[in-house]
Amino acid sequence: MDLNLDWGVLLQESPTGDGPYWQLLWTGAKWTVATALTGWALALLVGSIVGVMRTLPYKPLAWLGDAYVEVVRNIPLLVQLFFWFFVWPELLPREIGLWYKQDMPYPEFITAALALGWFTAARVAEQVKSGILSLPRGQKNAALALGFTLPQTYRLVVLPQAFRIVIPPLTSEFMNIFKNSAAALAIGLTELTFQMKQMVEYSNEVIVSIAAVTTIYMVMAFAVNRGMAWLERKSRIPGMIGGGR
Amino acid sequence: MIEIDKVSKWYGQFQVLTDCTTRIAKGEVVVVCGPSGSGKSTLIKCVNGLEPFQSGSILVDGTSVGAPGTNLPKLRSRVGMVFQHFELFPHLSITENLCLAQIKVLGRNADEAREKGLQLLDRVGLKAHAAKFPGQLSGGQQQRVAIARALAMDPIAMLFDEPTSALDPEMINEVLDVMTQLAAEGMTMMCVTHEMGFARRVAHRVIFMDQGQIVEDAAKDDFFGAPRSERAQQFLSKILQH
Repeated sequence: MDLNLDWGVLLQESPTGDGPYWQLLWTGAKWTVATALTGWALALLVGSIVGVMRTLPYKPLAWLGDAYVEVVRNIPLLVQLFFWFFVWPELLPREIGLWYKQDMPYPEFITAALALGWFTAARVAEQVKSGILSLPRGQKNAALALGFTLPQTYRLVVLPQAFRIVIPPLTSEFMNIFKNSAAALAIGLTELTFQMKQMVEYSNEVIVSIAAVTTIYMVMAFAVNRGMAWLERKSRIPGMIGGGR
Repeated sequence: MIEIDKVSKWYGQFQVLTDCTTRIAKGEVVVVCGPSGSGKSTLIKCVNGLEPFQSGSILVDGTSVGAPGTNLPKLRSRVGMVFQHFELFPHLSITENLCLAQIKVLGRNADEAREKGLQLLDRVGLKAHAAKFPGQLSGGQQQRVAIARALAMDPIAMLFDEPTSALDPEMINEVLDVMTQLAAEGMTMMCVTHEMGFARRVAHRVIFMDQGQIVEDAAKDDFFGAPRSERAQQFLSKILQH
């Protein structure tokens, strides 16, 4: 087997005018990180709110949260990307829709971050809800019995425990959002996989291109994983299951 | 202090409380006993509104628990409650457990809350454990902290929901001692418990419940001397044998 790999191609000038091929991939990596992190911030915020809503003793709110999760989880990410890119601006008031389509800066980036954020939020909501429900019921009662209001009970007692419990599943979601961001090439975001395709087309070094991008994705996922493991260690409670001594 | 009047509660079609009526005067210690599923825990949770009830009324220091306009957090902050499974907040240190509600609910400043908390911790004999976390204490110690946490709010009455049922036998007494001392100081107490020795020593009155009804509500000596209902007699003969 002779693969005849030419790793030197990474240093060669690309015909796209963006500098050498490694720089092409570097730009892609930056967009991937920016999209994933923006999406994650949105996912964490929306997911936490929806997750909490689904555990509240107010039926309509819980129902709304459930409905959101069911809808978003059951539609492919790619379809959702197209929805945010093509359909969403049509649903906005005319003026804002026009701005969205014509003048909004970085439309591919913003759309991809929105789509990934709302998509991942449904999954985060599911984790947050199960984290809350896994706590002993008595914890909420004990907090209420001390005179805390329901918002205080969530903020001071329920959520600090629930979030610690769901760090491991959230780690998976955080890694997923990096990997899922590859779908954004479908709407033309010049993220890492998009740049990989470019490199393959111009350089014809298929294996080198894919190997380089694979390595970059793995480094990102690994960094997230280590970062979350650090967070888990930092937030560990002495005397609790899995806690330090 | 606590006036329970014709309280009934249903879970769907199933009636868990039927026309429960009793009153607990200031400084009185009342033990509520009965077989499991008799509704005693449900009744005590109705007193501070942790369980809603569909008919009847409960007044705590003149405030109606079930009335729509009642400020429940305010009412609950004045009534201490101790749970079967302690329910200390595991993510907070013992000191933080004692201070959190004082600061966030009563608006005390941190130093004041800390001083009060540590003073009560000392009273239950656990001052050395102030910096630990709940998971590092034994069950009996956790329950004593839970009592101190409730007392830190300066409650007008205390509710105990089977405070020793989840404890190893050798830890039961350390908790009962704290409760006995509390009763001796004149605290108004409503205790759901199977500890008949405690009832005999400390209670003024005993309420016996069965199938959601208050079957017997008698002075301690009458209850242990000659319970009127057959059901209470059976219960006592079973529980007093060991």
